Amino acid sequence: MTSTLEHDPRVLGEEPGFGGVARGTLRRLRSGDLGQLPVVLGIIAIWTIFGLTTPNHSFINPGNLVNLSLQMAAIGTIAVGVVFVLLLGEIDLTVGVVSGLAAAVMAVANTKAGLPGPAAVGLGLLVGVAIGLIHGFWTTRFRIPSFVVTLAGLIGWQGALLFVLGDTGTINMTDGFVVGLAGTFFKGILGYGIGALFVLYLAVAGIVGRRRRLKGGLAAAPAALVWTRVIIIGLCTAAAIFYLDRERGLPLSLVFLVGLVVVMDYIVSRTRFGRMIYAVGGNAEAALRSGIPVDRVRLAVFVLASLFAAWGGMLAASRLLAVNQSSGSGVELLNSIAAAVIGGASLFGGRGTIWAALLGILVIQSISNGMDLLAFPSPVKLMVTGAVLLAAVTIDALARRGRASTGR
Amino acid sequence: MAEQQPVPLLELRGIDKSFGAVQALKDVQFDVSAGEVVALVGDNGAGKSTLIKVIAGIHPIDAGTILWEGRPVSLNGPKDASALGIATVYQDLALCDNLDVVANLFLGRETTAGLGPAAVLDEVSMERRAIETLRRLSVKIPSVRTPIAALSGGQRQSVAVARSVLWQNKVVLLDEPTAALGVAQTKEVLDLVRRLRDAGHGVVIISHNLADVFEVADRITVLRLGRYVGTFEAATVDHEEIVGYMTGALATAATTTPTGSATSAPTTEPST
Repeated sequence: MTSTLEHDPRVLGEEPGFGGVARGTLRRLRSGDLGQLPVVLGIIAIWTIFGLTTPNHSFINPGNLVNLSLQMAAIGTIAVGVVFVLLLGEIDLTVGVVSGLAAAVMAVANTKAGLPGPAAVGLGLLVGVAIGLIHGFWTTRFRIPSFVVTLAGLIGWQGALLFVLGDTGTINMTDGFVVGLAGTFFKGILGYGIGALFVLYLAVAGIVGRRRRLKGGLAAAPAALVWTRVIIIGLCTAAAIFYLDRERGLPLSLVFLVGLVVVMDYIVSRTRFGRMIYAVGGNAEAALRSGIPVDRVRLAVFVLASLFAAWGGMLAASRLLAVNQSSGSGVELLNSIAAAVIGGASLFGGRGTIWAALLGILVIQSISNGMDLLAFPSPVKLMVTGAVLLAAVTIDALARRGRASTGR
Repeated sequence: MAEQQPVPLLELRGIDKSFGAVQALKDVQFDVSAGEVVALVGDNGAGKSTLIKVIAGIHPIDAGTILWEGRPVSLNGPKDASALGIATVYQDLALCDNLDVVANLFLGRETTAGLGPAAVLDEVSMERRAIETLRRLSVKIPSVRTPIAALSGGQRQSVAVARSVLWQNKVVLLDEPTAALGVAQTKEVLDLVRRLRDAGHGVVIISHNLADVFEVADRITVLRLGRYVGTFEAATVDHEEIVGYMTGALATAATTTPTGSATSAPTTEPST
């Protein structure tokens, strides 16, 4: 027995070398697996258009980029939970109202009951967990489609939100901890340090993964390619932090969002739990027969969705410095689902990555922000956002058709 | 290869199974030895699927004896069957289209490195083992990192079969493995069945297609209306005879004693 597997043209791992990578990538593209390519191209197009058309190029000035980051954080966090639910092929219509309800519970506990900020935020997160357990229990125990369970939740939790707020109407947030969630910025060395950590993580993950494959005798991407990827991401990160630093700095809430995406992506792509989510979303019957605890996976995912919705709601409350009766019942639900879908998460389950949430919310929020700067009226904004969503799912559908027809 | 077994790997004697008033199986005999392919044929409603589900542990038997390597065993659930080393590849294959070949081969039994909640998938060792297994079985696929959705029907069937032998299973049940496959893909799967036999597995294949059956089977067991008709050496019967037994046009002929290809001695006796 040799310890290396020599390359065999019939039974393949990935092929070695640049040529192999190119052939593999081409094969994937041709088979309809476009990955993040369309959304990245879309972001470049959107930024180019708004950068050129907004008065004084205000879209790409540092102040607006800080605003954009702050706007992204709350709904982006909610969208991470939506991606989990979509990976299962389920849906959660309550993420908007749950974000409002958790923020309301946090606000009431903090301002009326005098609970300290961290404890109030913890309570809000617990509300999210409890709601997720209820959704998960109902869908798994009684076999009711999640669409219906969460439709009931959409109505019911809206009522709970109004109940919690009582006749107060609007609660203004003044607690230092709560306000600090969205009101903290990292300037100078601190901001660059955090960016460096992020890039370092990606570099180490890429290099270690490559070393491990080579040591195991498997073909791996050439080192130059890994480094190229790290350098491109590193330059983008450095440029972003440089621009943010020229104004208020790197927002803590953006760090929260990117951190959440990195950690959840690790869990989804590297652990057995993540693999189970994809299996249940791809073929629940096959997953069940393979011994995967399908119902427990579903329950856990509904808990995560509500938990991240609650967290996103509190980030929004922190940014807006207030919670009111319409918190969470605006664009939160539709934009978080749209973000996940635009980022490449399939509504039919089993396809997409956690990065979809980040890329998708970047698209949605960039369009919204850019159109605000161009002073587009609301009706036009809604129609454009709808068209972008439709374009994204159309690209996905066409790619799927390509995938089906290249099956050999 | 592995040592020749003097007794069949799996032997069923006098199996009865009924669902309410319907007697699905009545006094059915069946056996399979290491390194042979036994085909199970019969018209619709003959009891093939019921017998497969008995062997897979899904249907507990009403009466009869099941012997595993000569020792009586009871199969009260799919876990019992897989613990013994019996794997079933159902017609729907139970693959996740969205996952790649490696992930499907290891579905539900992923290899991890690290402890407890810090355990991460050991993709390198899984991919190595996937490549080794597929190479041993000469399964041709573009890459082990291809999602199942991009594979042909024959390749999917091959992946499902490869999964069943990845875990040291001794007996592999294949339910209609060539249904809905083209000519070239059917050949691919039948070649794979032969390689499983040559590797010392006992293979049980259910098929409606007698041409396929005659191509790979060493012995053919015929069921009709839930009853055992007989087991025949594939080399000594022809197509028409088997059809005759399946349809009842030929009355229950001499019930040939089931003999494994590896052994010449009859292994069944009249019930003791």
